[in-house]
Amino acid sequence: MSPAATAQKTISFTDAYRLALDEALGADPTVFLLGEDIGDEEGGGVFKVTKGLSTKYGKHRVRTTPISEEAIVGAAVGAALAGMRPVAEIMLMNFVTVAMDQIVNHAAKLRFMSGGQTGVPITIRTRTGAGAGTAGQHSDMLEAWFAHVAGMKVVVPSTPADAMGLLTSCIFDDDPCLFIEDSLTRALTGPAPPPGHRVPLGRANVSHEGSDVSVIGYGRPIRDALALAERLKGEGISVEVVDLRTVSPLDTETVLKSVAKTRRAVVVHEAPRSFGVGAEVTARIQEHLYDSLAAPVLRVASRDVPVPFAKVLEQEYLYKPAAIEAAIRRTLDSKARR
Amino acid sequence: MSASAEWGPAALLAVYRKALLIQLVDERMRSLLVSGRLAAVYYSPRGQEIVSAGIAVHLKPSDYLVTTYRGIHDQLAKGMPLKLLCAEYYGKATGACKGKGGPMHITHPAAGIMVTTGVVGGGLPIANGLALAAQLKGEDRVTVCCFGDGASNIGAFHESLNMASLWKLPVIFLCQNNGYGECTRYDKSTTAAHIADRAAAYSMRGVRVDGNDPEAMWRAAGEAVERARKGEGPTLLEANTFRFMGHYFGDPGAYIPKDEYAAAQARDPMPACRAAVLRSGAASEADLTALEREINAELDQALAFATESAAPDVSEIDRDIYASGVAA
Ligand SMILES: Cc1ncc(C[n+]2csc(CCOP(=O)(O)OP(=O)(O)O)c2C)c(N)n1
Ligand SMILES: [Mg+2]
Repeated sequence: MSPAATAQKTISFTDAYRLALDEALGADPTVFLLGEDIGDEEGGGVFKVTKGLSTKYGKHRVRTTPISEEAIVGAAVGAALAGMRPVAEIMLMNFVTVAMDQIVNHAAKLRFMSGGQTGVPITIRTRTGAGAGTAGQHSDMLEAWFAHVAGMKVVVPSTPADAMGLLTSCIFDDDPCLFIEDSLTRALTGPAPPPGHRVPLGRANVSHEGSDVSVIGYGRPIRDALALAERLKGEGISVEVVDLRTVSPLDTETVLKSVAKTRRAVVVHEAPRSFGVGAEVTARIQEHLYDSLAAPVLRVASRDVPVPFAKVLEQEYLYKPAAIEAAIRRTLDSKARR
Repeated sequence: MSASAEWGPAALLAVYRKALLIQLVDERMRSLLVSGRLAAVYYSPRGQEIVSAGIAVHLKPSDYLVTTYRGIHDQLAKGMPLKLLCAEYYGKATGACKGKGGPMHITHPAAGIMVTTGVVGGGLPIANGLALAAQLKGEDRVTVCCFGDGASNIGAFHESLNMASLWKLPVIFLCQNNGYGECTRYDKSTTAAHIADRAAAYSMRGVRVDGNDPEAMWRAAGEAVERARKGEGPTLLEANTFRFMGHYFGDPGAYIPKDEYAAAQARDPMPACRAAVLRSGAASEADLTALEREINAELDQALAFATESAAPDVSEIDRDIYASGVAA
């Protein structure tokens, strides 16, 4: 590594989201932001992502809204139909449920239902995740709901640089994107992306190469998987980590390429296990690679219960890094039996 | 009913007793949070005590309450047992919700506390349903639905008020207007001069009251409750007040202009109410000190109960997902 690279700048997730918004506002006059508390007079957002932007670009482009999620998303949809690129902030993912009609019945389908005459290039930024004791209405991972609706793109970054690059791609994508941020790790830092950084949508990233087993996921668990991959190296276990980055449309090709090589897969996400993204990924793997798999595809996920308040229960709810490791070992044990 | 039918020293004292309970519990919760002995997201009701107390004295245990994350004042005024409340804040098995719901979802049907929601506006449609059930069953029960000024901009507010008016439901929509929704000032989110003005759009009675004034609050709430009880339909009651501790406890509140804050402080309802009680002769300084001691003693016990109680057993995670059995 060159000295310049070792001294590389780092940024937090929050900075990365802000950087993407800042650059997009600066680059394209059709981009504007709307959401609760996002203006500087209101402190620049509850999570400070938009801090400074209303001062820099004006209150007409960084618009604090009433607490009206359905009207926020609906206004974004309408403005998008008329040529704008709105970025709506819905404070937490559970509140996105208030705007479901606009997302599911309108944003996702207007292009198709109009025979391609209209499109809805909106980005909905929201955040969520368990672990902070915010219980049943402030922690849910609902990405599978949206991935199930054709026409929506669903994006979950796992590093600040990806966050910047993926959010930028969402904003300039011609279709509705749901961009999901992690509540818990907003201060976490990583290498800073170069200006104008974009990460393509619909493409997974092999963030650690390996040959024995593929761990496939997105968001928070990717960091657990990477740590495990490093640790298990010492035992001679070679783990490949596939970061989906975009949950939908799912990059089946990259997933299959990885599993065709390793013949073993563990799919992991923070959302509850049942009817989740893991089931879809697992199904695609077995549909294409049934004959070459050396072990059943395993899922690691959170429990199928509402997110509880009490710490012990909340921890019990959440997926565990140890479970990823156990699943990896189980897939490897299957080899011995074959 | 703990309130007398007429306004006077006894009614004032009844309001103050509840307000004092709220004040002391809130103070204690904040000191526990500051010292790190309690870990929770906390939405202090400091400043809004008289609103809850002023309506609750007109309610029976069987009347229903629907409130929000900022609801501890409403819950206490409605008769929430301190032990169950504290244990829930601590996430203990002995808590009101077995530690599963936490502070944002306090529920205690025995005191009519049916829903505490963390979703802005989520309670209004449910309040209609509770009121409808009482109407259908011919029960003498009213439903009080508490929410903030910001919540009046959620679509559910419109749908619920129209339906309540259409069906003449025994419900009181108590909008506690504290001037802010999170960090956004009222006039930056709402064009209506007053929330109560919106009632006209639903042919509903709309009343605006100074939520810091015990007498005004007592009278306005009493009338709304009585009308609901008599089947004369719903009221949108807007109580103007202020929240002194920001949105969540720890919120630096930089978005609140200093002069506005100072003006609100000068109108702090708690010292004023206490002075009024003493002036009225309903209680002496010694009586009030004794009352404080009594409340604090009960609070000490409740907190000891909470901290000594066990955390929920992990097996609890699979219970209460469905009515019977354990989730697979
Ligand atoms: C549907 C929804 N949107 C946003 C939020 C985030 N949020 C929590 S409290 C709040 C402000 C509510 O203001 P108001 O109704 O005036 O009640 P107050 O907090 O002042 O008592 C917001 C925006 C939420 N909980 N639910
Ligand atoms: Mg408010």
